[in-house]
Amino acid sequence: MNENYKVSASPHIRDRIKSSNIMLMVVIALLPATIFGIWNFRHENAWILVVVTTASAVLAEYIYEKLMHKPITINDFSAVVTGLLLALNLPPTLPWWMGVLGAVFAIVVVKQLFGGLGQNFMNPALAARCFLLISFTSDMTYFVYDGVTGATPLAELKAGEAVNTMDMLIGNIRGTIGETSVVAIMIGAMFLLLMGVIDLTIPASYLISFVVFITIFGGHGLDAQYITAHLCGGGLMLGAWFMATDYVTSPITTKGRIVYGVCIGLLTGLFRLFGGSAEGVSYAIIISNLLVPLIEKVTLPKPFGKGGEK
Amino acid sequence: MNKCTERIFNGLVKENPTFVLMLGMCPTLAVTTSATNGIGMGLSTTAVLVMSNMLISMLRKIIPDSVRMPAFIVVVASFVTIVDFLLEGFVPGLYDSLGLYIPLIVVNCIILGRAESYASKNPVLPSVFDGLGMGLGFTVGLTCIGIVRELIGSGMIFGHQVLPDSYVPVTIFILAPGAFFVLACLVALQNKIKNNLARKGKKVPEAAGCGAGCAACGNRAACGGHMLTSETDKKDKE
Repeated sequence: MNENYKVSASPHIRDRIKSSNIMLMVVIALLPATIFGIWNFRHENAWILVVVTTASAVLAEYIYEKLMHKPITINDFSAVVTGLLLALNLPPTLPWWMGVLGAVFAIVVVKQLFGGLGQNFMNPALAARCFLLISFTSDMTYFVYDGVTGATPLAELKAGEAVNTMDMLIGNIRGTIGETSVVAIMIGAMFLLLMGVIDLTIPASYLISFVVFITIFGGHGLDAQYITAHLCGGGLMLGAWFMATDYVTSPITTKGRIVYGVCIGLLTGLFRLFGGSAEGVSYAIIISNLLVPLIEKVTLPKPFGKGGEK
Repeated sequence: MNKCTERIFNGLVKENPTFVLMLGMCPTLAVTTSATNGIGMGLSTTAVLVMSNMLISMLRKIIPDSVRMPAFIVVVASFVTIVDFLLEGFVPGLYDSLGLYIPLIVVNCIILGRAESYASKNPVLPSVFDGLGMGLGFTVGLTCIGIVRELIGSGMIFGHQVLPDSYVPVTIFILAPGAFFVLACLVALQNKIKNNLARKGKKVPEAAGCGAGCAACGNRAACGGHMLTSETDKKDKE
């Protein structure tokens, strides 16, 4: 029989794109935010934390897989992405060993113990950030810019003070290494959108539902200044474009992605407006990560011809 | 091996309630923020377990089968109340830190499980030692978890600073998630040791203390018919 008529199990369509290509593109997309963060926090030597955290994520993956006699997967760049994302979510003054601890937690506990890339139920970088936030609260909420300690613009906003939205857009403000510059993040996000690595569904539904929530419950109505400040403040942009869109921990169907995005948007708004701390993006995303299996169950597409009228 | 020492070994190693049977998870996870709490909770439970096993074993011919559960609960609750008052009177510090979890010993499934599966079917002396073994196994489990959590989470063991002052405590370990991390790691460690023993060809202590009569056992739901599956495994191998 002709080779072409043989039927095999799915997948039937193969592509040249591999995990490593996609991960490499995410790394490239993160570079503007990384470089800006390192420059922005040059007085705090943020580059050391970035390098140490990323390197220890890769090393943790290598050592774990070596010890467990598994195939070494550090070449797919997923550990680099995890380490880099984690570093971008850390305040620049954090002691380097906390970055190492977070990277090891992200790779070993959140990713590898659940089966490695594709099996983790939660975004490893965000889970590690929350781990560090709970463990070392004071170090994780200690923000310095140009040698001056103070609150982040988002915390000032929550306290009812005026903030400079322009600074928040450009990024010369206090915050974690990679979250401050909306412009740098958007350059990376545009790159991912153009390359087709991510699509608009999750970020758009996330940001729209967040804006709606803020408008209704924020107490300022449709105040453009207030809403822009909320959108540019904290880790919202980094979270919406780089972490909520993580392939492994987001739903597959478009319908599911919208539900997931709205979930994160509402939770972020809830945590920011009514929670104890000013920021809530990381908790909102990892809680929604946990809801993904349920969302997938509800939005399971029906096979053609099934599910008609009974 | 003597029946009584066999019962203690069974509770401590073979059927350790914390690491093997995974029973009584609620106090295990909730009160082990320090080694002192762990040992306090473990010993309180041991006291209740020994006394209730003894009394239930004495009454096993009198208690009608149809109302045995309420009867067991009454017996257990009486002893828990005694322990509750004793702790409040003599160790108020521990009493405060254990809080609600002392009255909750009543519903600890180790106690009801032992009453149902052992004390109600066996003579008094083995039942007492069964309770003692299980209780000590629980105490050892809780203390181990407590030591690890206290050491990492606050740099102390039994309230004494053991790590240098420069150590920055990883606070998450004395919070709820830390309990799950430590429990999982210790269970993994104990499975690893048992697997290694098995590979070296030594006799592995197997959880067969209940007699493995799963089909007729009332506690099957509690243990998930674990023995049943291992029995069939054995038969398959044979």
